[in-house]
Amino acid sequence: MEPKNNFHVGRQGFLPEPAGQGNMMENDKPLGRKANMLSNTDSTPPPKSGLTREVQAKIGQQLRAIYNDVVDQGVPDRFLDLLNQLDGGKPGTQGGDSEKGGA
Amino acid sequence: MSLDPSLRDAILGAVPSLRAFAISLCGTVDRADDLVQETLVRALANIHSFQPGTNMSAWLFTILRNLFRSEYRKRRREVADSDGSYAARLKAHPEQDGKIEFGEFREALSKLPEEQREALILVGASGFSYEEAANICGCAVGTIKSRVNRARARLSDLMAIKGSEDFGPDQAVRAVLAGAEGN
Repeated sequence: MEPKNNFHVGRQGFLPEPAGQGNMMENDKPLGRKANMLSNTDSTPPPKSGLTREVQAKIGQQLRAIYNDVVDQGVPDRFLDLLNQLDGGKPGTQGGDSEKGGA
Repeated sequence: MSLDPSLRDAILGAVPSLRAFAISLCGTVDRADDLVQETLVRALANIHSFQPGTNMSAWLFTILRNLFRSEYRKRRREVADSDGSYAARLKAHPEQDGKIEFGEFREALSKLPEEQREALILVGASGFSYEEAANICGCAVGTIKSRVNRARARLSDLMAIKGSEDFGPDQAVRAVLAGAEGN
């Protein structure tokens, strides 16, 4: 999986923006994000007791599949309504509706 | 209150992933959505403290996690929840229909200590860096790495117990080696 723009949620799931456009609060050094997440070797210890690269990849796949089941549902109406309500009753802008269509 | 449209879009863009994370914490969609709602209310009330240019998603995740830790966990303890019922609730997700192969994985996931599950999901599913996950969880980067590694190892063990034939990469090879047994 490749990192995508932070605010586009599609069938392939959601990934925060790549390093560069800010990384939360105090930490201001580059993040060096790994796109492949679970299969990255950033801190992975030598394989032990069956924790092979393949098993790790499988774990990552299943984890993302479960997660993306929810992500693919997009933004439920209740949250659009809530934002409109909190935002002084403004009508919806872009952003919300495109998400809803993704599921 | 008038919300900057770009902030609004950033918030809405983060909602699907926030929900997925919340469900992994709460175990039920209803409670997760309540948690997300509370998070959004809190976020908008404190939007002035969001630093433009930083990661909105990570900011919202941090708020959500803190809310969960401070309130929802307390409530959860009150109803004397157990790992077993958490697993059962995970299985009750409607979106899980027809995905039997994930059943065992979800069950294994539910058996992880909460902090390990959380770290694994932030890094492995939400796609946060270790640094971001550490910020969200308020701990050291090394702690996150350790939790993620332990989570992977534990999952691997749990899945292996369930049957390595179903989980391993060499299913086809095993099938061949098993010879006529499978045919």
